[in-house]
Amino acid sequence: MAEHDPRGERLDELRRKFGREPLPPGADQKELTPREAQPRFRGLESGHRACQGCGEALAARLVTECAGPDVMIANATGCLEVFTTAWPQSSWRVPWMHSLFENAGAIASGMEAAMKAKGKNTKVLAFGGDGGTYDIGFQALSGMLERYHNVLYVCYDNEAYMNTGIQRSSSTPHAATTTTSPAGKERMGKRHLKKDLLAIVAAHHIPYAAAASVAYPADLQRKVRYAMGIEGPTFLVIHSPCPLGWRHDSALTIEVARRGVECGLFPLVEIERGAVTNVMPIRKVRPVTDYLELQGRFSHLMTPDDARAEEERAHLQALADHNIQTFGLRGDTPDAGDTQASSSVGRGGHPAGRV
Amino acid sequence: MLEAIEGSQAIARAVAMCRPDVVAAYPITPQTHIVEALSRLVAEGEMHTEFVSVESEFSAASVVLGAAATGARAYTATASQGVLLMAEVLFNISGMRVPLVMTVANRAVSAPLSIWNDHSDSMAVRDCGWIQLHCADNQEAVDTTIQAFRISQETELPVMVCMDGFVLTHTLEPIEMPDQTDIDGWLPPLEFDRRLDPSDPKSLGTLVSPDFFAEVRHSHHAAMIRALDVIETVDDDWHAMTGRRGGGLVEVAGDPEAKIGILAMGSTFGTLETGMEHAGAQAGRARLIKLRAFRPFPAAALRAACAGLEHLIVIDRAISPGLGGVVGTEVAAVLAGAPDAPRIHNHALGLGGRDIPETIYADLMTAVADPDGPAFSVFDADLTKLDPEDR
Repeated sequence: MAEHDPRGERLDELRRKFGREPLPPGADQKELTPREAQPRFRGLESGHRACQGCGEALAARLVTECAGPDVMIANATGCLEVFTTAWPQSSWRVPWMHSLFENAGAIASGMEAAMKAKGKNTKVLAFGGDGGTYDIGFQALSGMLERYHNVLYVCYDNEAYMNTGIQRSSSTPHAATTTTSPAGKERMGKRHLKKDLLAIVAAHHIPYAAAASVAYPADLQRKVRYAMGIEGPTFLVIHSPCPLGWRHDSALTIEVARRGVECGLFPLVEIERGAVTNVMPIRKVRPVTDYLELQGRFSHLMTPDDARAEEERAHLQALADHNIQTFGLRGDTPDAGDTQASSSVGRGGHPAGRV
Repeated sequence: MLEAIEGSQAIARAVAMCRPDVVAAYPITPQTHIVEALSRLVAEGEMHTEFVSVESEFSAASVVLGAAATGARAYTATASQGVLLMAEVLFNISGMRVPLVMTVANRAVSAPLSIWNDHSDSMAVRDCGWIQLHCADNQEAVDTTIQAFRISQETELPVMVCMDGFVLTHTLEPIEMPDQTDIDGWLPPLEFDRRLDPSDPKSLGTLVSPDFFAEVRHSHHAAMIRALDVIETVDDDWHAMTGRRGGGLVEVAGDPEAKIGILAMGSTFGTLETGMEHAGAQAGRARLIKLRAFRPFPAAALRAACAGLEHLIVIDRAISPGLGGVVGTEVAAVLAGAPDAPRIHNHALGLGGRDIPETIYADLMTAVADPDGPAFSVFDADLTKLDPEDR
């Protein structure tokens, strides 16, 4: 059996793959700065059963870490519920309840109403995947937003029903293959567009709705903190790659997520009371093929000399270009690409633009 | 002091006396008057409750579940299609053993669309794991509603209080409303040990493997069986304070020596009582058995109530197509095997709001004398309205 060597050969292999020199021996054992050495609150503990490279597990850890201990969570049915619990074990260090697939918004509403009735200010969070948010839990979410419950709803968007085995959802991108939108002689994957949920959520004129990505943890956490500070309904959709469903190397989760942002297909925008107030600028816009080529779910689009594949690639490129133009994503300030700095660099975008 | 109050208004006042922290509801006939009255009480500042007007019954049930899971006292009410839309959440609530109370203003289920009373709705969720109590009149409904909060707390089981839509909800009856100070003393604060609390984090509603699932169901069933005692004890306690009973598990009226019994749930019971008084001697006197606790099913109490009967007419206010009556079938099951078990005559009555007149008593007593009578019938169906092949 191979020796467990998490920061050795595999890391070197990855660094080479992305054009970086292997680390000199001992380089990873750097001394922690006082800031890095601070004990951190963890709402979601390690040891759960998520797959390697799970974007959702990472995102949920980042969210709960900065939401802090005085919260309670209503979790929709999905991978997150399944891999973190399994009685009698639980990875949650905060009060957490899973009820059903389609009612996280309503369960959270009830928790919040109870907190209000009892005069407590424990913040209520609702967690759902894209199936539980874009599709089956859509109505409960809309009701929660309309009634103005003081809840932060976080959608971990991995763009298909991963828990049941990778079926198409309304969040699945156009042309992606899933087990219910396979490619074949008559089909090039999903025939429809990804639902623009953020715009629909923003149309409730809630104080804050934003998109984040696991590739930009500092930005993600800044958005969580901002939402936590608002009394009222807030919404965060987090692009969370699923190596199993997207069929990419589980070591490439961050890279895939970053390319999704850099090509414009997943714009990181912030919308306050219906108006776009911030966007994550893209300094060097990538072609969508840079994003597609890493993922098996788009492999049918990469066949050479296939007119249908070419057409769908052009279609996806047009969708990305549309996002870039609509939200003014092209930035010229220094690259925020690396995660530590992304929350502190200047922002571009159309400050007064409407969705 | 007796007051003439509409059933729904009385229920709303009874709920308000229990001081729920959260009420969530969605409008549906004939339940609507209850939550309208509650929202008025909240608007007038007479009730300090978070009233959540949700976008569906699915969310109504989910909101009260979310609230109750934090240890709050929660209440909702619904009927008919609303019960069915809630069905998935109802199983979820009881499976997590979360205490809360819901009124069902019983109504038929579509199609064909009928807004009128029968028991199809609560029957459809018979196996959802809730305590299900059926009220014969509005006084019983008031008393049962308040008792339900205590039963729910003591058993950690949700309680469904069923009252006939329109027949009770929209009818004015003289009702003795309890005293707020009495209720405050009688109903202890809700202490839900497994509540969601950041100072003692727990995970609720986790995935459970086959290693534990059977045990969860077993303990749920055992808790329901134990609840039989709790329902009786709480009713005794209520009697000690108010001098009234809510109806225990099963109540018997009429002639205790009669060889013919009639068993019913809900307001039909009152119709039968009056019908018997008005029917005159030639119809004969029956033993009238009121089944108040449908879940848990009070097998022993029923056997005792039916002892000595030769014929038992069981009235169902719903139908299980292809089987017949659910109450009739269940009563037959618990009486089966006894050496002197009565012959069961099972009749569905008053489906979709078909009026049940007082004369039904005499008609039932006539039918029971027919040795060739069917084991089950839709008793008041007029077959001449149907094509011959459908009769």
